[in-house]
Amino acid sequence: MRRLIFLVPLLVVVLLAVLFWRGLDPARNPASLNSALIGKSVPAFALAGLTPGAPGLTAADLKGQVTVLNFFASWCAPCRAEHPLLMELARDPNLRVVGITYKDEPAKSAAFLAELGDPFAAIGADETGRVGIDFGLTGVPETYVIDRDGIIRYRLAQPLDSARLEQEIRPLLADLAS
Amino acid sequence: MIVEIGHFALVLALVLAVAQATLPLIGAQRGIRPWMALAKPAAIGQFCFLALSFAALVHAFVVSDFSVAVVYMHSHSATPLIYKIAAAWGQHEGSLLLWVVILAFFGALVAIFGDNLPPRLKARTLSVQAMIGVAFILFTLFTSNPFARLSPAPFEGEELNPLLQDPGLAFHPPMLYIGYVGFSMAFSFAVAALIEGKVDAAWARWVRPWTLLSWTCLTGGIALGARWAYYELGWGGWWFWDPVENASFMPWLMGTALLHSAIVVEKRDALKAWTLLLSILTFGFSLLGTFLVRSGVITSVHAFAQDPARGVFILGILVLALGGALALFAWRAPTLKAGGMFAPVSRESALMLNNLLIGTLTFTVLLGTLLPLLFDVMDSGDVSVGPPYYKWTFIPISLPLIALAAIGPLLGWKRGNIRQAMRSLWGAGALAAAGFVIALWIDWGREMLAGFGIALGLWLLIGTLVEWAERVRLFRAPPLESWRRIRHLPRAAYGMSLAHAGLAIAIIGITASSAWKMEEIRQMRPGESMTIGSFSYRLESVSGVRGPNYIAEQAHFAVSKDGVPYTDLYPERRQYMVQPMPTTEAAIESHIFGDLYAVIGEGDGKGAWTVRIYEEPLVPWIWTGSILMVLGGIVSISDRRYRVGAPNRQPAALPAKA
Repeated sequence: MRRLIFLVPLLVVVLLAVLFWRGLDPARNPASLNSALIGKSVPAFALAGLTPGAPGLTAADLKGQVTVLNFFASWCAPCRAEHPLLMELARDPNLRVVGITYKDEPAKSAAFLAELGDPFAAIGADETGRVGIDFGLTGVPETYVIDRDGIIRYRLAQPLDSARLEQEIRPLLADLAS
Repeated sequence: MIVEIGHFALVLALVLAVAQATLPLIGAQRGIRPWMALAKPAAIGQFCFLALSFAALVHAFVVSDFSVAVVYMHSHSATPLIYKIAAAWGQHEGSLLLWVVILAFFGALVAIFGDNLPPRLKARTLSVQAMIGVAFILFTLFTSNPFARLSPAPFEGEELNPLLQDPGLAFHPPMLYIGYVGFSMAFSFAVAALIEGKVDAAWARWVRPWTLLSWTCLTGGIALGARWAYYELGWGGWWFWDPVENASFMPWLMGTALLHSAIVVEKRDALKAWTLLLSILTFGFSLLGTFLVRSGVITSVHAFAQDPARGVFILGILVLALGGALALFAWRAPTLKAGGMFAPVSRESALMLNNLLIGTLTFTVLLGTLLPLLFDVMDSGDVSVGPPYYKWTFIPISLPLIALAAIGPLLGWKRGNIRQAMRSLWGAGALAAAGFVIALWIDWGREMLAGFGIALGLWLLIGTLVEWAERVRLFRAPPLESWRRIRHLPRAAYGMSLAHAGLAIAIIGITASSAWKMEEIRQMRPGESMTIGSFSYRLESVSGVRGPNYIAEQAHFAVSKDGVPYTDLYPERRQYMVQPMPTTEAAIESHIFGDLYAVIGEGDGKGAWTVRIYEEPLVPWIWTGSILMVLGGIVSISDRRYRVGAPNRQPAALPAKA
């Protein structure tokens, strides 16, 4: 009996090992908190454009073609930093890059784009941040990849960087376009 | 070329480690002296090759050799030199190499300074140490080779994560690792003792200095990390119960328990099996921490590498090392001869109670860390475990522990007199009661726990002073006699007093800063001011400044107290050029009762900035307390009894039936 007590630590380690083994299952993604929207359709929205005459952006516009959707704002420094990568993406004829300005005055957003270049085929202005809430935005910038059926396939809740662009986003885009 | 030498040295170290892990062990079993003697040169050689290997990696960082993959990913030619060097351990591969270097460093130290160890014990200990070495060198070489090259070599690197570019954090990992990894020595000694089937006072005396050294460094490392979080993250907090913080805290708790139980083995030859178990588990928690941080099994703000393949490898090491040691424990420990007897009220009992309480504390932290994983694996939904959990488990359990820390040292070995101990502590009790009342009065109706924290901190602080005064018979014996006692008191006693006093001061700081922190977040324009606590902050201006590899917005706050200018604060919001990631540099002004703490956030583009101001009561006490604890560790290591020659060993004690 006394000997059995000395076996307890070993048993605990074995149980922990089983727990960890299951925790290491590659199918389990510990960062999955971010991906609630992945595999779902984009939430419905309809936003006005930056200027009174501009077309704006609605959820329906995101169907029919592979789309990269970027949330940005003129007051956001990382948005400025990732901007050249969006410009580069926009040169790809197989996809559409659209933007939503988040909690930003349309005039300022327009000035931002006038200064840095405008990669967006269409822009919606989310001045109140309401659409941002539906998307579960954690901040700007955020970037989404949406397939032809309007299903969200990818979300990046941080600024774009060239490594992610080449290793994660471009292969996915190529995959969706084919 | 130098990089290839480093890689090659790593492979050579592996070969030596394999030899060291096998031959001395067999030699000790069969009584072949030359094989046993091999452990010493092998351990020293293994360390030299690993040091060479690490030096090669540091060199690659210093000269910005971007053909090396880790240098490319974590360094940049414009990074200041100190962060180029720190970048060598600021990523998974390099830090793992540092881990192995420190492992071998401890082995080499035992090889060099352990000449008074019995040859068999020394050979076995070094062999076990080398087994861990083999496992981790293999892990480094096969899953995380820091010397992998890129072809073609990029012109410029991607820079070290800006958050890590900080002097405190540059030294945090090495200290932490010396602590973490140093516990391997206690583990190796324990396994060697289990193989021998003999644990006695001499064994405890050999193990304790290594444990002390690790504990001291780990204390310093954790304090540095907490301090970094405090001023760099800009959240005004210094501890977040994050899994990675817990990963370093659990070995610290276990190591603390081990330090205390090893005293019982040394002085009274009791609690032997328990001490062996603690030695194994302390390092087990270090391995667990390594696993949690590097496998990606748990989400954390500062987890290292999210790679399940690595996770499987470390899990393998964890299971082999811990499983093997604990199986050995289950087989051999029941046959250990029981040691000295002691009464329920005695120093031994107090230390045992200390161990039980610390063990429970460690368990609550472990549970809090693993619960989210457990729920996830069992598909029971997501849970997150936060500060409220720890507040209602960890803190209530630690309160009796602190109370005990003042009483225990006043109890005699074998049989103590609780009445007499309490009589000596009446002053401490009175002051604690006063502290409790004052704390409740400051904070009526909000936080009962704060009163207990302050009271127990005072209790332990005064109790520690009282214990020292009793030992030197201050004011009871003639002054000359007391002076003689002051000089002749063993350093270990001073070490204990310093560490306990440090803990007491830190507890007061922790309690006050958790309970009475004030925080104000506001949009401010230059010229506006806000008042928090007794200080008034006026935002004078926000201007752009330029660092070597960043640009920053720097705010200037003029702080005044009762209308009189007090100080100026200059918090910054930095934007590093290569990694577009804003970091905050909080501006902190310390005074004896707390910190003024200002952070500047994003500007709205219309001339206003988000500003956060904190009033942080008694935070400097946490750092002061930590420094005292580290000093206590250092003073204790320098105790004479660890330096004088071999303690006499009793004849073998393995029962015949084993």
